[in-house]
Amino acid sequence: MQKHVIDPKSVPGWGVDADPENDPTYPMKPHRSDLEEQGYNWERPTQQPIDVEILHSNERPNVTSVFGTASPPQGLSGMIRRWAFRWSENEYNHWLPLILADRVNVVEGVIEDIAHGKFPNIWKEKGYNASWKHDRTSLILRLSAFAAVTAGLVLWMTSGDDSKGSRKKKKNKKKARYYDENEYYADDRYYDENQY
Amino acid sequence: MLAMDYRGPKRVRATQKPMPEIKHPEDAIVRVTRSCICGSDLHLYNGNVPDTRVGTTFGHEFVGEVVEIGAEVTKLKVGDQVLVPFNISCGRCHFCQQGLYGNCHESNPMATAVGGIYGYSHTAGGYHGGQAEYVRVPYANLNPTVIPPGMDLDDAVLLTDVVPTGYQAAEMAGIQPGNTVVVFGAGPVGIMAAKSAWLFGAGRVIVLDKEDYRLEFVRNYAPCEAYNFEKDMEDPVLFIKKQTDWMGADCVIDAVGAEAAGDVLQTITGRKLLVQAGSATAVHWAINSVKKGGVVSIVGVYGPTDNLVPIGNVLNKGLTIRGNQTAVKRHLPRLIEHVMNGVIKPKEIITHRIPLEDIADGYRIFSDKLDNCIKPVLMMPTAR
Ligand SMILES: NC(=O)c1ccc[n+]([C@@H]2O[C@H](COP(=O)([O-])OP(=O)(O)OC[C@H]3O[C@@H](n4cnc5c(N)ncnc54)[C@H](O)[C@@H]3O)[C@@H](O)[C@H]2O)c1
Ligand SMILES: [Zn+2]
Ligand SMILES: [Zn+2]
Repeated sequence: MQKHVIDPKSVPGWGVDADPENDPTYPMKPHRSDLEEQGYNWERPTQQPIDVEILHSNERPNVTSVFGTASPPQGLSGMIRRWAFRWSENEYNHWLPLILADRVNVVEGVIEDIAHGKFPNIWKEKGYNASWKHDRTSLILRLSAFAAVTAGLVLWMTSGDDSKGSRKKKKNKKKARYYDENEYYADDRYYDENQY
Repeated sequence: MLAMDYRGPKRVRATQKPMPEIKHPEDAIVRVTRSCICGSDLHLYNGNVPDTRVGTTFGHEFVGEVVEIGAEVTKLKVGDQVLVPFNISCGRCHFCQQGLYGNCHESNPMATAVGGIYGYSHTAGGYHGGQAEYVRVPYANLNPTVIPPGMDLDDAVLLTDVVPTGYQAAEMAGIQPGNTVVVFGAGPVGIMAAKSAWLFGAGRVIVLDKEDYRLEFVRNYAPCEAYNFEKDMEDPVLFIKKQTDWMGADCVIDAVGAEAAGDVLQTITGRKLLVQAGSATAVHWAINSVKKGGVVSIVGVYGPTDNLVPIGNVLNKGLTIRGNQTAVKRHLPRLIEHVMNGVIKPKEIITHRIPLEDIADGYRIFSDKLDNCIKPVLMMPTAR
């Protein structure tokens, strides 16, 4: 039961125009009970043992009775996710870092694949076999645009190096490779625009 | 077991993963016999839902056979053929008791605004989904429904989401007899919304999309008037005004969601830069094309942050906006009747059968609307 500091019944005119039928919420009142008048209590189901790390929203006091155990937070993405969960669902500080963590997680996934001795088959994972069969022109266009942008980027990243010292050169090379990898995803998303 | 494996935006594959286990006494394990790819999966596939972790399995539309039950499962037995609503709901919390099975408060620790959903990111509870040979099904006394004898599995699998969602979209639209109902989107959900609008007594049903083959399908299936918003008109809102004696439609349904096309600003900010929670083009059009005092019903899915919508017009026009994740379980008794009586024939929307091994091709075909795809069904190695 909710505790009211002011007893509503003591307020002059309280409830004189109440019309329980006038309820635009969903489902409409006839399909519902009057539970909210009794307060928000229910007998909670048995608690699923919390044997993996579960980040729970700080807008609730506990972990729900059941939950999924897929991909617990780990690595750098996990650290970002833990930080994000310090903020409520009302905050950009919650959601934007989670999207960042998702992108970091993609790179972690590739590293994990390679560590297991398997280089991801990007062509297959992106479903390009289907595009090749049903949408060849657009696929070729997208891939050539991607190649052009990558080539441009590589040229740009490596240009003007000659006058600089060899240490700097090495550093830049590393940087170029880094950008390359990221651009792959970014570009592909961008060029998908062609289809819409 | 073989399962779908998310690797990053637009990168998925089928991988061998450990078998799911009973984690809670009310769990069951189901061997999947049919599983679909849904428009909702595209939001995940495109990397637009926060907290979508690499290595998770998607899939919230599936049917299968119960192969194992937890100690407290009394309403199901091993061997039962079940259809499993996409919502994970406890049946006991405040919301479940109101029939709001899509808003359960005991199935998703990660977000209070969203109920638990199979294979739908950690923002929806962190569950592995049913695009796999086996899946863990929590609260098995409540959610799974035994498939009635004689019902085709293809019909059954569409009762886990698509049919109830189209139906609830029409129900939330508050259709009065004779009303003009406009549906944005002719995907599986929009098709079922158009069909359901008639069941609630609509007088006229108009569907807008940009894919001619889908418009052609819904025109015959619902049946309804169907127009291409890219080819048949310059401005969809003006078009609807002209179609409705300049009043606007009585009810408008958004069956598009965050992947909406049709407005460059919305597309760039909502789908490319992610500075809003998806492209809100369809809601925008819905608010502006409904009549004053009309109802906008939203089943198209958007992310958890903000969207650009003309909220001032909601105020000026005195609109009612309703939306929800569908409470699948609430609709099943009625919809099973409709399917058994032939009032709704769900399986006619299935256009593709794709082996789980070729999941990446399935996502690409459905996402890019290739090969006249409307609804793809995944076939499991263990169920062929
Ligand atoms: N609320 C729920 O419980 C629930 C359940 C299932 C699906 N959904 C949502 O419903 C939506 C539709 O699902 P689907 O499986 O039919 O997806 P889909 O992607 O197959 O269909 C969406 C259709 O909308 C069309 N479209 C794009 N922009 C449009 C616009 N501006 N106006 C009109 N049409 C436009 C596309 O061409 C496409 O045909 C998705 O957002 C999905 O997440 C919600
Ligand atoms: Zn779905
Ligand atoms: Zn509940």
